[in-house]
Amino acid sequence: MENEGVVLSREGFAALLRALREDGYRLVGPTVRDGAIVYDTIGGIADLPEGWTEVQERGRYRLERRTDRALFGFAVGPESFKRSFFAPTVSLWRARRKDGSFVVLDRAAEMPRVALIGARACDLHAIAIQDRVLLEGPAVDPSYAARRRGAFVVALNCGTAGGTCFCVSMGTGPKAASGFDLALTELFDGEDHRFLVQVASPEGAAILARVPHGEAQKTDLEAAERVVQNTASQMGRSLDTTGIKELLYRNLDHPRWDDVADRCLACANCTLVCPTCFCSTVEDVTDLDGEHAERVQRWDSCFTLDHSYVHGGSVRPSTKSRYRQWLTHKLASWIDQFGTSGCVGCGRCVTWCPVGIDITEEVAAIRSTEKG
Amino acid sequence: MRRKPKLAVWKFASCDGCQLSLLDCEDELLALAGAVRIAHFIEASSKRLKGPYDLSIVEGSITTAADAERIREVRRVSKVLVTIGACATAGGIQALRNFRDVAEFRSIVYAKPEYIDTLATSTAIAEHVPVEFELRGCPIDKRQLLEVIGAFLNGRKPNVASHSVCVECKLKGNVCVMVAHGTPCLGPITHAGCGALCPSYARGCYGCFGPMETPNAASLGRAFLAANVSPRGLVRMLRTFNANAEAFRKESERHEG
Repeated sequence: MENEGVVLSREGFAALLRALREDGYRLVGPTVRDGAIVYDTIGGIADLPEGWTEVQERGRYRLERRTDRALFGFAVGPESFKRSFFAPTVSLWRARRKDGSFVVLDRAAEMPRVALIGARACDLHAIAIQDRVLLEGPAVDPSYAARRRGAFVVALNCGTAGGTCFCVSMGTGPKAASGFDLALTELFDGEDHRFLVQVASPEGAAILARVPHGEAQKTDLEAAERVVQNTASQMGRSLDTTGIKELLYRNLDHPRWDDVADRCLACANCTLVCPTCFCSTVEDVTDLDGEHAERVQRWDSCFTLDHSYVHGGSVRPSTKSRYRQWLTHKLASWIDQFGTSGCVGCGRCVTWCPVGIDITEEVAAIRSTEKG
Repeated sequence: MRRKPKLAVWKFASCDGCQLSLLDCEDELLALAGAVRIAHFIEASSKRLKGPYDLSIVEGSITTAADAERIREVRRVSKVLVTIGACATAGGIQALRNFRDVAEFRSIVYAKPEYIDTLATSTAIAEHVPVEFELRGCPIDKRQLLEVIGAFLNGRKPNVASHSVCVECKLKGNVCVMVAHGTPCLGPITHAGCGALCPSYARGCYGCFGPMETPNAASLGRAFLAANVSPRGLVRMLRTFNANAEAFRKESERHEG
């Protein structure tokens, strides 16, 4: 396995995507749809958001044109790659009534392998976190495992930071450190548009060997380093994580929770765009005559009343208690539970909150007004 | 074989659209007719079987003294009573009268106002009699109606989520119209059920399903005003089919005048 890197031309990159498709991968990458750069199934390089970028602020996202032909000249889209592995709805099993009992009709079908194109460092950290919860814990989610297995990951070292990005604070980016087969850095030298490629797996090396590529020069490596350094210096947000677990545990009665509850819609958007949030619920459905039944798993959120419903009512009836649960789990009790923070600093919860609640601002407010 | 439960469908002040959802269940209609005895459904058949009824589906709001009495009779002959639609669950579009003087309307609109015998308000069925389940929407979603009937027939809880429309948008992978387009959208405070119909076509949510479980209408209202929606515009957005639902009513009253 080489680690020095190779260079792909734009055409070489297009050939890489073709090679992945030839190998039966479904490509999931960025593409422009409905006024945003979303991750969706793509056919090849023509579907990428060439020349597009975005402006992100709290509660606000707008597409904008770039002056160059960058294919990855944006920060992060509305959703991470979560949907590819942790599907929004999954049929767990179906059953038919038979002789006073029931028979299970089928099991989850084999999933086509997925190749993620342009996964950012924050997204890769998020996938590692979801792996820890859904794959490596005591209870494996079979649907997640089936989708995750055999996935190929083409990472992208960020060339642009968004207005709500704070991966530097969370120690997760903007350079991809692990969890990929190939990592790209998009480079421009006047009209010359190319990618520096870091190879991190035998599968990555094998597929790269099939497409035209060149050897990386020292100047390419230096240029790529400058790209991520520049991105790191452009973070739109920062979050001071010093003693954050203790800070939040000490302040469960801070008046700021009332303040944020006054603004919070409990709409659940923050949790659903979060690349690490993994909550789901299970629903049993039957047809009218009760002959067929199905058990369906679907995304849930700690902002719904049903999420904390136990006999007699919800444990967290107030929006205040639900916001506090979300934030303290994400940034504090997640550490106790899984050994890392649950936040990767992608900023999606900040951008996609309809009323612009900013997790970094909430933590800063608690920190700066802590009693005693 | 178990005895087929008797189903009755009742109409109060409404447009009939919700009970038509039942007839609109074309693919499932035969299965439904096989599972229940349709004992009273005037929209579908003039043949009426006597009560009591195992399941009564009630559409429409209470706008007259006679209907206020009739719903008590319906309750008396029904084991389970499910209300359907914005009229039955919140008073409907006709609850706009609740904000105005009905006597004045009557004198302006009708040639012979003395023929009109109506209450000053349009109110939800649950304000008059106990109700086992309220299915929201203007109109209701037919899949949800089948889910409620199926749940009743099989003795289980209906899977009818009361969270925001936002959850439905995210399940579908819709791009948020409010954040990405700047389109005011009632989705964050509106009850799910439609499958995020309007945002799926790049429109803001109109709130047809009424308030979600814990609506923070004041916060969304502030966001709309900050996005240059006028107070009058905000009032109009909140006063449609669910104008009299508490969360929408209170927020609209704060911005009136």
